[in-house]
Amino acid sequence: MLRKIVDLITSLKLTIVCLVAGMVLIFAGTIAQVHLGTHEAQVRYFQSFFVWWPPDSHDFKIPVFPGGHLIGAVLLVNLIAAHAKRFQWAWRKLGIHLTHAGLIIMLAGGLFTDLFAVESNMRLTNGETKNYSEHPRLEELAVIDTTNPEYDQVVAIPETVLQRNRIIEHPSLPFQIIVRHFFQNSRLQMSSEATGSTQPIADRGPGAQVIVQSVPRATGTDEQNAVTVAVEIVPIDLASGAVQPSLGTWLVSDELGAPQTFSCAGHTWQLSMRPERFYKPYSVTLQKFTHEQYAGTEIPKNFASRVTLIDPERETNRDVLIYMNHPLRYRGETFYQAGFQKDDTASILQVVHNPSFLAPYIACIVVAAGLLVQFGYHLVGFARRRSRVLA
Amino acid sequence: MKRYFPAIVFSLAVLWIAASWFPSKSGKEDVDLTEFGKIPVLVGGRVKPLDTVARNSLLIIHTKQTLRLTDGRQTPALRWLADTLFNGRVADQYPSFVIQDAEVLGLFGWEQSDRKYFSFTELIPFLKQIDEQGEQADKLQPIERSAYQSAILNLRNGLVLYQRLKNSVQPEDADNFAGELQVFENSIPEAAKAARARQTGQQFNQATLDRLTELMQRYQRMAEPSYLLAVPPRTQSNDWRSVGQAIAQSIMESEMHPVVKLYASLGDAYRTGDRVAFSRDVDLLTNRVTQEQPNGAKRARYEFLFNQVDPFTNSMTLYVIAFLLACTSWLGWTRPLTRAAFYLLLLALAVHSFGLFSRMYLQERPPVTNLYSSAIFIGWGAVIVALILERIFRDGIGAACAGAIGFITLIIAHHLAGSGDTLEMLQAVLDTNIWLATHVVAITTGYAAMFLAGMLAIIYIVRGVFTRSLKKETADSLTRMTYGVVCFATLFSFVGTVLGGIWADQSWGRFWGWDPKENGAVLIVLWCAVILHARWGGFIKQRGLMIMAIFGNVVTSFSWFGVNMLGVGLHSYGFMQKAFPWLVGFIISQLALMCVAAMPLERWRSFRTSTTSAPTYVGGLAQNEQA
Repeated sequence: MLRKIVDLITSLKLTIVCLVAGMVLIFAGTIAQVHLGTHEAQVRYFQSFFVWWPPDSHDFKIPVFPGGHLIGAVLLVNLIAAHAKRFQWAWRKLGIHLTHAGLIIMLAGGLFTDLFAVESNMRLTNGETKNYSEHPRLEELAVIDTTNPEYDQVVAIPETVLQRNRIIEHPSLPFQIIVRHFFQNSRLQMSSEATGSTQPIADRGPGAQVIVQSVPRATGTDEQNAVTVAVEIVPIDLASGAVQPSLGTWLVSDELGAPQTFSCAGHTWQLSMRPERFYKPYSVTLQKFTHEQYAGTEIPKNFASRVTLIDPERETNRDVLIYMNHPLRYRGETFYQAGFQKDDTASILQVVHNPSFLAPYIACIVVAAGLLVQFGYHLVGFARRRSRVLA
Repeated sequence: MKRYFPAIVFSLAVLWIAASWFPSKSGKEDVDLTEFGKIPVLVGGRVKPLDTVARNSLLIIHTKQTLRLTDGRQTPALRWLADTLFNGRVADQYPSFVIQDAEVLGLFGWEQSDRKYFSFTELIPFLKQIDEQGEQADKLQPIERSAYQSAILNLRNGLVLYQRLKNSVQPEDADNFAGELQVFENSIPEAAKAARARQTGQQFNQATLDRLTELMQRYQRMAEPSYLLAVPPRTQSNDWRSVGQAIAQSIMESEMHPVVKLYASLGDAYRTGDRVAFSRDVDLLTNRVTQEQPNGAKRARYEFLFNQVDPFTNSMTLYVIAFLLACTSWLGWTRPLTRAAFYLLLLALAVHSFGLFSRMYLQERPPVTNLYSSAIFIGWGAVIVALILERIFRDGIGAACAGAIGFITLIIAHHLAGSGDTLEMLQAVLDTNIWLATHVVAITTGYAAMFLAGMLAIIYIVRGVFTRSLKKETADSLTRMTYGVVCFATLFSFVGTVLGGIWADQSWGRFWGWDPKENGAVLIVLWCAVILHARWGGFIKQRGLMIMAIFGNVVTSFSWFGVNMLGVGLHSYGFMQKAFPWLVGFIISQLALMCVAAMPLERWRSFRTSTTSAPTYVGGLAQNEQA
């Protein structure tokens, strides 16, 4: 039995099955991008263990095809197992070994990247300084204590937590936050302009005049979800821990322009929905964004952001030019020129933290060397035989 | 005859190619446009000769590089351009605009007939309508447009281009532009005096000022839409300007730019048909521009020669002839025919290379910068590898492959050129010669090798099934060739794909993003891996290898074109709705060939007599590996 299993996981047939399955998956995933958008197709097909059908149902769904993670994992196991079992040292086999060692590095690196890489954006207008980047899709509920004019104290609650938990407590908050409603994507409308019978779900702040409509999750590459929550604020007596009467329900959404303000326990608090932030120990100031075009055309020639990087911890204060194909790498993060906005006055930098970014570089060199050795070995042998035949 | 046949064929071909290096003289009574065609201007961000502007503009408007008049005579693009620039009334009568869509014709109340070319004069009553309809279509994504919407938008773009051209070097209604400019220039001091007088509150001549303002407005109107930037910068740092801009700025510069005046008198000479004056002005203009932009002028002259030689069309013809010779060689008269084919291919490759390297020189870029040049490069790479195979095996197979792939890829390139300038400037993210030279070249070399392997497999199948010419020896050498080429393809596709990932990591911040083009590339790598592993494991033999190699054609064509048709992702440069049926047709034909190959071996003509031989034989390479 064990023998059979070992034979199976080390077999060349399994390799071929995995490769063909990978091709089918990639083909289907590529076609699916037309309707789903790149990100959604990627999540469903490539960053999953199974492709499910029907994809959106929560109760009943069946796996119809192995997903990218499963195929990759099986291939990796197959590759390592086959080599562990059959490995014998011979110069003749050097090419094969190198190729497969490189592939192992590449697959493992890919898995690592999937698990640990974080991508975010930094949107800067000319002259603006930021010490954080933002998640491209997920939002967070920021609860800000603005009492002290010197500084703000922020408690940020990620979207995923709002979605799962009903009651949220935090040691630095003198109140409970009860999530009454959660909309992953929504559209807001003034209740005076609404035609239906829906009533506002909040009773405090400007949200009390607003009606929320749930809309399907955004899947396209450039689409953004507008997360909206209705939260009830219930003060807690810090000494006894007893729950006090509710202050009411506020509607918090990125769609609502201004933050919501209330007072509790002698402090002033602000509630706002904003893209999830990743704070850095350094700051970036956009000095100038330039967008050049070829003379007489609208073909972009170059996008460049001149920024000042200030890092008090490392005594750094310098100007950097970030432009096409020339990112800034600093403290494990890489800043790329990704886009621009508002008639060239704002620059969007993509910020990537990827601890395994070197893996593909190494893998590429190893595999290419392996293939060269392997095919070169054949070619030389072939040429020798050929010259013998012709002689 | 046998001995001299290859030499005769080769000499004839050389003579034919040589003829294209010399420009054909125009008729005695007409002005000579050859030197005119070499004058450099800036269009689309690139300095190019007027000849290129003429060809590309006519290609956009007329879909051909020569204009066919109603009486059937052919007019070169350059003459069409000269008329458009200087003699709008004549150009308006040319049947330049192509309209084939029945709904577009219906919009004007016309029925679809044999006629598909219409003149500007005929379209004048419908300009407003075309503009409105085109604007609506323009708001849609290319993938969402219907055939009608694409057609009306094309027509609108063609009309816009035509009218911009007409106002590029003179207002379209000017009859004596040189004289008009003289009047304008002379009135400047007078008007300046009047303006000063008005400022200081003295008496001034209102009429002089009005006259100048009116002319200024006339030139400013033509400054904005001008298609050509014809006035070269005086120093390297400045930009090229249009004639209208240069005239408008001449008030500040207190002097009319000589190039503006030269274009004006050139136009006047052209309209009156004064050959001597025209040639003189062309020479003066050329000297002037060369003086200010020596580099641009040199390149423009070279590009004129490149256009003249038309290397890709010529090599395409040679490839076809070579392919036919090589195929015929399998039926008999083998040696002379294969040799003739080989020589022809060398010549075709030389011409093809001239074109490829000329493009690199003109663009100062590695060979592949867009879909068009990828087709040129794939053909070039495949032909070289196939010729090496021919040199080793000397059985006409490499020659046939070279001929077929060279021809097909150049045909594809020809159809990809429809959108205008194939030497266009590169988008910012592509502006890096290192990655264009490594990633793109490696990937396209991989494509070339895949198509070559597929072609070898097709020869195996066709010869095996339909003829008796597939002897065991031929079958074995075909197998070795195919296997070797697949290995080559694996190497280049893999390296190219990973280099692409590294480029993406450098410029977009992720090594792999599951972008359609990336997926297409990895499909090729995976398929190569499947073929090689299946063969190493002994799951496939000769025929299996051939069938899989043909499927390689399907995978590669999907990766090359199919993913661009999806219209998503960062690589979707150039959506080609028109090519879709062709791609589907190609894929079906390949699948059909695979089915044919899967027929029982008794049905194969080559194996009817000896069923046990070739197909069950494991090729030499595989045996050696197992040893």
